[in-house]
Amino acid sequence: MRSIFFEFKESFLIALKAIRANKIRSILTMLGIVIGVTSVVLMTTAIKGIDNSFQKGISALGSDVLYIDKWAWFSNDEWWKMRNRKNIKMEDYEKFKSLAKLPLAVAPVTNARETIKFQDKKIDGVFLNGSTYDYLATTNFTFDQGRFYSEIESKSARYVAVLGSEISKSMFPRGNALDKSIKIGGVDFKVVGVLTEQGSFMLGSFNPDNQVFVPIGTIFKNFMNEHNNTITINVRSRTPLLLEDTKAEAEGIMRQIRGLTPGTENDFSVNQQEGLMDNYNSVVGVIQIAGLFITGLSLFVGAIGIMNIMFVSVKERTKEIGLRKAIGAKKRAILGQFILESTTICLMGGFVGLILASVLSLLINRFIPTSIEYGVVFLAIGVSLAVGIAAGFAPAYTAAKMDPVDALRYE
Amino acid sequence: MNIINIEHISKVYKVGTEEVHALRDISIKINKNEYAAIMGPSGSGKSTLMNMLGCLDTPSTGVYDFSGKSVSQMNDNELAKIRNKEIGFVFQTFNLLARSDAIHNVELPLIYAGVPKAERRERAQQALIDVGLQDRMHHKPNELSGGQRQRVAVARALVTRPSIILADEPTGNLDSKTGEEIMYLFNQIYEKGNTIILVTHEEYIAEHAERIVRIKDGLIESDAKVLKRYIPKLEKISEGEGI
Repeated sequence: MRSIFFEFKESFLIALKAIRANKIRSILTMLGIVIGVTSVVLMTTAIKGIDNSFQKGISALGSDVLYIDKWAWFSNDEWWKMRNRKNIKMEDYEKFKSLAKLPLAVAPVTNARETIKFQDKKIDGVFLNGSTYDYLATTNFTFDQGRFYSEIESKSARYVAVLGSEISKSMFPRGNALDKSIKIGGVDFKVVGVLTEQGSFMLGSFNPDNQVFVPIGTIFKNFMNEHNNTITINVRSRTPLLLEDTKAEAEGIMRQIRGLTPGTENDFSVNQQEGLMDNYNSVVGVIQIAGLFITGLSLFVGAIGIMNIMFVSVKERTKEIGLRKAIGAKKRAILGQFILESTTICLMGGFVGLILASVLSLLINRFIPTSIEYGVVFLAIGVSLAVGIAAGFAPAYTAAKMDPVDALRYE
Repeated sequence: MNIINIEHISKVYKVGTEEVHALRDISIKINKNEYAAIMGPSGSGKSTLMNMLGCLDTPSTGVYDFSGKSVSQMNDNELAKIRNKEIGFVFQTFNLLARSDAIHNVELPLIYAGVPKAERRERAQQALIDVGLQDRMHHKPNELSGGQRQRVAVARALVTRPSIILADEPTGNLDSKTGEEIMYLFNQIYEKGNTIILVTHEEYIAEHAERIVRIKDGLIESDAKVLKRYIPKLEKISEGEGI
């Protein structure tokens, strides 16, 4: 056992010497692996990062919240069928709220997009979320400053607003948003609260960080006609376990409110986060496989480069191999020497690739979320090792099989 | 006991569809502390015979016993082991590792023999001292003259304390003065009790040995004692000289 370790160590030293002897060649060969490993690791961390972000975003929708809308989030039905459905009105909501027993909270929601201004700062197309004071209970919002609008403010449609964290950061970089008067769509509103960062990057406009929350009445008064538009009814169940029951009750009530006879289809949709998650998972799965395959190709190219160079190296050192064999090197010593050489180059390349990928992922984190995990480190090392052994084997075997007499005679 | 006992060996190579009979019927016995030269023109089979003697190749037919062990039946690993422990090669083209210094070159057979580092170093150093290169231990081959390189090769051949030294045209790439220095070195080694087999096509070099075996066309022509051996008359080996 000890002699195997001894042989390994000696072969390793010989391999290192060979790598050092031809520094430029070794570095160029390594480059192929570096690029391959960097791209594989980078792709993996980017996908993981986006995945995490999506998961966060989706869970922000709440696994215990129903969204009753005339539109369905996912549907095989034609769009026009849904378009022709009756709008959901505020009176539907009022009736729903009085009849529903199971939910923890019920809130109507409508949206508009307006420009908001404060002194010299302006943002166009800001997503307005108009609802009632009940809305807060359908979310997991926490506050950085101030509070949500109150029941009175909500009922009398006072011109108060709650800002999402990103909106607040843009308009009030020094963080002093509270009690300031801003213009929304030209109308004065007072800021009564700022949310903490919800961090669901991927939802874009639907990200609460980028929204402004106002009493629904203010939207109907200034930005939108109540009667020509549909609203969504958000329903939160008391516990996630009660969700199905809450959903069943909600459907029943809605059918009643909308005057649907038994046997007719729903003319509304009860949407929930669960469908979104399944849909998302299948999409991400495909992206992951495709991405890995493509970056894996670049690694494969790097491996071919190594194999190529090793063959050249073996041929160049034919006389040396002959000499080593003449002095008594066994086949496995020669085999070991060359496999170790290619594996060492690959491991070094993998290591550099890993560092490069880490640095790059920190840089691109500003644009795409990335997340480095220990699993990826082992992946990079394992892959480099495997590539080194696989790519080095054929050339090493060629060397080991050489006839010493012929090798010594080689010019 | 004979170190080398070869009986009726032959060697046939296939070159494409042709068969080449490099050795037809060779029988030789070599004893301990003999100094033998093998001579023959090109194509005589002397290189093939040398490869046999050096256990670099096995005969097609016949018996080759080395220190009582039957070499002709051995596999590659066993042959490698014998080469490592029992045979010291000296080549015409020196065959040193260009990127390693003298002492690492001399250590090489000991590495393959599994000798631990400290003992290895010591033996290599002693071998280099024995050939007069104590001041050149860390020089690389390109920093050494031809004669010095060959001396490193000789030190490498000696370091494993082999049963035989096998030298293939050892002075072929050296000028006559340097060549003579190497032959003086061989003589010293012989007088210390080693067994030397010299392969050469030069009569003058062959006559440094005490016995000449002549080969032609794969057969032994003659195998006789040298009547008047040429013994080099240098006072000492000069270091750093001999370009």
